Amino acid sequence: MTAGAGTAVARSAEPFGARLARWVPKLVLAPSFVLAFLFIYGLMAWNGYLSLSASRLLPNYEFVGIEQYQRLFESERWWVALTNLGIFGGLFIGCGMTIGLLLAILLDQKIRVEGVLRTIYLYPMALSFIVTGTAWKWILNPGLGLEKLAHEWGFAGFSFDWLINPDRAIYTIVIAGVWQSAGFVMALFLAGLRGIDDSILKAAQIDGASLPRIYWRIIIPCLRPVFFSTLMVLSHLAIKSFDLVMALTAGGPGFATDVPATFMYTMAFSRGQIGLGAASATIMLATVAAIVVPYLYSELRGRR
Amino acid sequence: MAQIRDGNLLSLPTAPTLAAWGAAWSSACTGVDCGGLKPFFLNSVLMVIPAVLVSTVLGAVNGYIFSKWRFRGSETMFAMMLFGVFMPMQVVLLPMSQILGWLGIANSIWGLVLVHVIAGLPSTTLFFRNYYVGLPDELVKAAMLDGAGFWRIFWRIVLPLSTPITVVTLIWQFTNIWNDFLYGIVFSGAASKPVTVGLNNLANTSSVVKEYNVDMAAAMIAALPTLIVYIVAGKYFVRGLTAGAVKG
Amino acid sequence: MGALSIRDVRRSYGGIEILKGIDVEVEAGEFLILVGPSGCGKSTLLNIIAGLDAPTTGTVHIAGRDVTRALPKDRDIAMVFQSYALYPNMNVAGNISFGLEMRNVPRDQREAAVQRVAKMLQIEHLLDRKPGQLSGGQRQRVAMGRALARDPVLFLFDEPLSNLDAKLRVEMRAEIKQLHRAAQVTTVYVTHDQVEAMTLGDRIAVMKGGLIEQLGTPDDIYDRPATRFVAEFIGSPAMNMIVAERSPAGLAAQGFDLVLDDGQRRALSAGAPGPVLYGLRPESLSFGDAGLPGTVTMLEPTGPETYALVDTAVGKLTARVPGRLHQAIGAPVALRWSAADVHLFDTRTEQRLA
Repeated sequence: MTAGAGTAVARSAEPFGARLARWVPKLVLAPSFVLAFLFIYGLMAWNGYLSLSASRLLPNYEFVGIEQYQRLFESERWWVALTNLGIFGGLFIGCGMTIGLLLAILLDQKIRVEGVLRTIYLYPMALSFIVTGTAWKWILNPGLGLEKLAHEWGFAGFSFDWLINPDRAIYTIVIAGVWQSAGFVMALFLAGLRGIDDSILKAAQIDGASLPRIYWRIIIPCLRPVFFSTLMVLSHLAIKSFDLVMALTAGGPGFATDVPATFMYTMAFSRGQIGLGAASATIMLATVAAIVVPYLYSELRGRR
Repeated sequence: MAQIRDGNLLSLPTAPTLAAWGAAWSSACTGVDCGGLKPFFLNSVLMVIPAVLVSTVLGAVNGYIFSKWRFRGSETMFAMMLFGVFMPMQVVLLPMSQILGWLGIANSIWGLVLVHVIAGLPSTTLFFRNYYVGLPDELVKAAMLDGAGFWRIFWRIVLPLSTPITVVTLIWQFTNIWNDFLYGIVFSGAASKPVTVGLNNLANTSSVVKEYNVDMAAAMIAALPTLIVYIVAGKYFVRGLTAGAVKG
Repeated sequence: MGALSIRDVRRSYGGIEILKGIDVEVEAGEFLILVGPSGCGKSTLLNIIAGLDAPTTGTVHIAGRDVTRALPKDRDIAMVFQSYALYPNMNVAGNISFGLEMRNVPRDQREAAVQRVAKMLQIEHLLDRKPGQLSGGQRQRVAMGRALARDPVLFLFDEPLSNLDAKLRVEMRAEIKQLHRAAQVTTVYVTHDQVEAMTLGDRIAVMKGGLIEQLGTPDDIYDRPATRFVAEFIGSPAMNMIVAERSPAGLAAQGFDLVLDDGQRRALSAGAPGPVLYGLRPESLSFGDAGLPGTVTMLEPTGPETYALVDTAVGKLTARVPGRLHQAIGAPVALRWSAADVHLFDTRTEQRLA
């Protein structure tokens, strides 16, 4: 080329059609992204601001610093809620994963009805926690459910009053929660088991390992990523759990089974403690973020 | 109802009757209202259909852009949306109820639809995006060379290949929105309560004699739509969901 | 101005330069090969020609028109992808005519084009099938059919044969060559396979690290490789390289005098002093009674010829000799070659000396 000699390489003009084509995806994405962004981060910030205000029955934007957080952590009820979350979360995740993994291993033995069972185990997932809660409330009701059944079978001394026992009621929530989620956990683990390369198992068999040893030493370690994503799903379910508690015990007896989610709801919408409710929501957010953000970060990094 | 009180957990009803179902549907009392679950059920239907459809369509388009039309910053935008999947929704309750008030749709079904659409967007976007990442980029490139643009590639090439993920997303959204209780109890008014709220109120209404058979029938009614969906399409759902979930 | 001209094209991603200034002119009807190891930038360059990527600087002209920033659909090109990229939801006829449909070609003309292409590629019986029901070779044909139907001014191929098994690859290679001879459409073909490059190309551009190392006819590339990289990349087994020192007689390695002709001596004395790479293609070596002594360490019979790895004082050398060899492993042999077959490269710049 002689015309352009001496000058820097000229940037060719971009035709209008090409420029338009480059903008279409951005324009199409913009509205829903902006909406989602404002919903997530805008409301998050707004809630954060409410938590620093003196709001009670109505939002009131008088800035009071961390006063609401101080009140929150001085409240006995909040500590009960946190303790319950610890008990519930620990048992829910632990039992859910153990039972889910065992079910998955059982189903992985190439049994004939696997397809049917796999789908049936998932049915609880179709149910609302409200439905689950209502059903378990009946089953666990001392006068009607398990206790009555045991009495009629001749175990007169059998007593099962966990639902109305303030020290035990939280465990009923664990039972119902595990029942509902075990099938889902199983499905995740089963997919993980199926993803393991068959030749690894064959190699282990040739090496003379017994079946339990193969599971313990090779298969379960291979499932590490599944454990991790299951842990993520279950822990964030535990922190957000609200419906199940509301349906089963409504936080009672008294506030013995309050969890942060019900605490937040009660404070914000029935006790007229908006500031306190917002503060508890912020603590919940911070807890979830502490778990999820590193996970998301590593996931997105790893994928690139 | 006598059967349930007399019998135990495992004994079969001595004289099966649909009376409890009828009562649960149209005459059981929630508080002072004795119209059964029917109005709540209808509210849920009116809410779930537009919310599921809109959030799925938007998720499909967003996923298509995030996977096949990446631009500078689009990955960051996706990561920002992804956090919405995990965010505890308690954070948005207080501000959102105020916004719905300003928009004049507080206590209405449309308010619930709006909340469900926006809250569902991160999940639907994630589902479609992860699925579309698995479609070869060359398909889009070939279609570009063939002269198709953004919408025609979506309509003629990508969408016809999206059946599995569309089924998963529809079921997922349907179950989530139908079963939602939190938004229902916070954002609905007397005339727009969804079925989960209705069921909870019904089960927690203390009357002289607790009619557990009616409660159970009501629980079954509330569970029926999602159960049917699972029974009919559960197989596809399991397949699609577990494939996606394990991939991350 | 040719059918395709690429001028000083550079492309960088986040500060990493993938293409470092590419200049190529392609004449109408020419078959140009872009060959190189993975990561050399050949696919990026092809995407830039297709409009699927844009250069950071530089221009692309197709048939005399500046298309540097034009959309792929406005370039009048067709492309065959490595994965074929057939639309799984459409049948073969739909795949072939989709491009015409997008350009609003009337239905009867589209059908005529499908018939013409299907006949050319012998896929008439497959027109109603979905891509999922086709074998690898059939998919390959459909992918070419899709490109041919459009009658473009420029054909692009992105490693189209690398998903086929060895036998089919040879067949399709011949077929592509015949199609090109019949249609005479300008073609740019990316491959990492040097045999494809040698057999198909009118000209070959050997790329490495975002630059074209050498652009020339297959004969040029093979007989007069411009750099050490080209010499070693093209040809199988690869060219033997002996590090040679200057000696009174010309060049020597480990005390063994290496033969040179007059032209090579002149080039050596004109060049910078220092060690030199002395290159010999395996087929230039033969066994004789006198020459470079060594012992056979391995034999690889391929049928028509045998590769022999010989351990010598100047290093391990591979010889490619016709027929079978009867020497045993460990047998002493002597290697001979003629000075005309020698390639000399500067050790520092790796450029060809003679």
